[in-house]
Amino acid sequence: MPPLAGQGRCLESVPWRGAPVSPGETTLEVSVSHNDHTGSTLAAHVRQVTGLNPARCYQCGKCSAGCPMAAEMDFRPHDVLRLIQQDKREQLLSGESLWLCLTCETCTARCPNECDPARVIDTLREMVWRDNGGAGAPRHIRAFHKSFLKQIRRSGRIFEFGLVAGYKMRTGSLFSDVGAVPGMLKRGKLALTPTRIKGLDEIRRIFDKCAAAETDAEEP
Amino acid sequence: MARIGVFVCHCGENIGRTVDCAQVAEACGSFPGVVHSVDYKYMCSDPGQLQIKEAIKEKGLTGVVVAACSPHMHEKTFRKAAAAAGLNPFLCEMANIREHCSWIHEDRARATAKAIDLTRFIVEKVKRNQPLVPISIPVERRALVIGAGIAGIQAALDIADGGREVILVEKEPSIGGHMSQLSETFPTLDCSQCILTPRMVEAFQHPRIKLMTYSEVESLEGYIGNFAVTIRKKARSVDDELCNGCGDCQSACPVKKIPSEFDAGLGKRTAIYVPFPQAVPNIPVIDRERCTRFKAMRKGKKKEVCGRCLKACGREAIDFAQEDRLITEKVGAIVFATGYQLYSIGEEQPREHLSGYGEYGYGEIPDVIDGMQFERLASASGPTGGRIERPSDGKEPETVVFLQCVGSRDPQKGIDYCSKLCCMYIAKHTMLYRHKVHHGRAVVFYMDVRAGGKGYDEFVRRAVEEDGAEYVRGRVSRLYRAGDKVRVCGFDTLSGEPLEMDADMVVMATAIQPQPGIESLAQKLSVSYDKSGFINEAHPKLKPVETNTAGIYVAGACQAPRDIPDAVAMASAAASKVLGLFSNEELERDPCVAQVDETTCSGCFHCERVCPYGAVEHLEVRDRGGNLIKVIAKVNQGVCQGCGTCQATCPSKSVELLGFTDAQIFAAINSL
Repeated sequence: MPPLAGQGRCLESVPWRGAPVSPGETTLEVSVSHNDHTGSTLAAHVRQVTGLNPARCYQCGKCSAGCPMAAEMDFRPHDVLRLIQQDKREQLLSGESLWLCLTCETCTARCPNECDPARVIDTLREMVWRDNGGAGAPRHIRAFHKSFLKQIRRSGRIFEFGLVAGYKMRTGSLFSDVGAVPGMLKRGKLALTPTRIKGLDEIRRIFDKCAAAETDAEEP
Repeated sequence: MARIGVFVCHCGENIGRTVDCAQVAEACGSFPGVVHSVDYKYMCSDPGQLQIKEAIKEKGLTGVVVAACSPHMHEKTFRKAAAAAGLNPFLCEMANIREHCSWIHEDRARATAKAIDLTRFIVEKVKRNQPLVPISIPVERRALVIGAGIAGIQAALDIADGGREVILVEKEPSIGGHMSQLSETFPTLDCSQCILTPRMVEAFQHPRIKLMTYSEVESLEGYIGNFAVTIRKKARSVDDELCNGCGDCQSACPVKKIPSEFDAGLGKRTAIYVPFPQAVPNIPVIDRERCTRFKAMRKGKKKEVCGRCLKACGREAIDFAQEDRLITEKVGAIVFATGYQLYSIGEEQPREHLSGYGEYGYGEIPDVIDGMQFERLASASGPTGGRIERPSDGKEPETVVFLQCVGSRDPQKGIDYCSKLCCMYIAKHTMLYRHKVHHGRAVVFYMDVRAGGKGYDEFVRRAVEEDGAEYVRGRVSRLYRAGDKVRVCGFDTLSGEPLEMDADMVVMATAIQPQPGIESLAQKLSVSYDKSGFINEAHPKLKPVETNTAGIYVAGACQAPRDIPDAVAMASAAASKVLGLFSNEELERDPCVAQVDETTCSGCFHCERVCPYGAVEHLEVRDRGGNLIKVIAKVNQGVCQGCGTCQATCPSKSVELLGFTDAQIFAAINSL
């Protein structure tokens, strides 16, 4: 017969939910939760980088209910968490859904169980980008990101005409969305000449720092 | 000269796997004073106990040490065996070589050495043990039940039917609790008031139940069998002896627009009121915050204003000058049954770790209501007479959306637990709605349906299959006003489609949480509670209705979310525990309490200041001529819990904890 637990027990602590694991740290919690977060699974990767535990997602769907892009996505935020739980790497990382996320963080604000889907999605995007110089991301999305960043680097802000031109050069889809041009011109949303911000050297420093950090991260 | 017997238990493989028990027995045999030392597979078994009894008789043992499991487990067993063989049971002790040794170590040689040390320690203590006799204390065979909802009423009736007096305390003006507010009950759809009111009347008329409504527990002193409880009887402003419940005062009262607590804010009441027509007792109370006369008195006006109730009352029962009264009662046991309240989604929260639901409008959208409000809408005795009308404009809603898990299972808002009842009452609400509004849509957003109970899952299936409730699996992200509708932004996780719809009314199954103020009441009673405020039971499986304070029991939703059958079962269980305690006139308790040496005590009363139980009293020592020599400390053995704080504090070493004297403990430590 097993012994009785002590009287007046405090029921407050929930051991398997202890503090999140900080990057690179392995804790005794492993033996409690049985959730592998030291191995090579997607869940382990997310946990190591962010300290978030994807196993906490109970698939309530509140994130996707609030997501403005849900209608466009193959995998909605709650699907992303589910595929991580099932470690369906190929299926999840090859699709477009991750790249459609606007990082508005409505999902994170609404999540009842502290899963932070926006950060999880961002982590996966970084992972794909780093894996093969961005080759894993869809071509047009890669093109958009490159054009966007180039604009920022050059002027410190977006010059819409230049952005569109750069994007179209990279993708070759010259005539997509041309219907929107007259309306945008009318509302003054398409400036014809670029303007620059004042602290451009500070913008450059940000870019340099990011580049340095990325080089550091790549070296073991 | 001590003659100690040592009995080493293998506990099957539990100890034997890690500790070489034969070697422990052999080593113990050589300790000074040990005359008998053996090991055995199961010492707690009948043959094991027989060995102890025979050794006591044959070897004339003066002390017994059983090296086995924790004393929590089997100390009683072995002491009983020792007593059966004629040895004072307090001369038998246990060395814990299981929890403190074999279970936590792997190295056999070192674990064996530790087991020998642990046993030597206890042998040295037992050599100095004194025979002790259990203390018997008288039991006041009356019970106090706090809270007169269904759990409190049931516990009170069971104890009273068992032949003992009960004081039933309720803070509201009427007994009945939340159950009196419900329309129908799951899973049978029988009318809640129809099954509850007879019980309320029974409790009111029972010769052994003393009902104290509009009263709260002020303070508690004493211990199991001998509590002294002080109850604050709040001023009703109506003399309950004179009042005959005619209701003329309520008709006369000009303040008629106060939101009724009983109707969950949907109906109105007067300033002098009974909460509902079937209230027990049927005696009104004046709400002094809202009454015109009391408002004027607070502003310092000398002239007596209003007073229409006073004029209307034919029996002169209105008493504006009535004051709170404090009443002290002696009881032997207490049942804690204070029930629950619903979580509200507003920004103001009773507990600081909770937050409201901004995404659902913080409770400011008029057609977003909670489950209790829906109960009142559906109830024939409710503000609409049972017609389903939405609060904003009184129209019959064509589409009602029900949200489960609002607050519950939402650590972000501060509540981790499942509230257990909501799945069932939401299914009930969809049925009640569809039975009344045949063309209406009832849409339920849920995460899981938890319908574990007799007839429960069948009930939910009936809502879906027979009564046309539409269940959508997914949590709703946002509610907002869109014209005269409420826009519901959800997601159907089963079809994988976003879902937006307009509802005429939204009903939220908000979480069950303990009553506000439960923490301070629990502190008055020295009962522990968890971070949500629910009372902790003494053991989650084996002591579900006991608390960690002896003589105080718990029933109903103040311990965890409970539905009616659960609350009633707990109440009856608590009542049977109380009746068990009351089955004897005296209670035996452990004699390991503090004792003062009258010759050396100097009367500094350090002990009195540190004693957490207030057990230290003053004793006057006089000579034969009656002249006072000195005042010294004396320990009330009924109150002392044997914590030993006084022993550690006493500067002249005049207090000893029996069974744990300095001589015993120092000798044990020196043996290591």
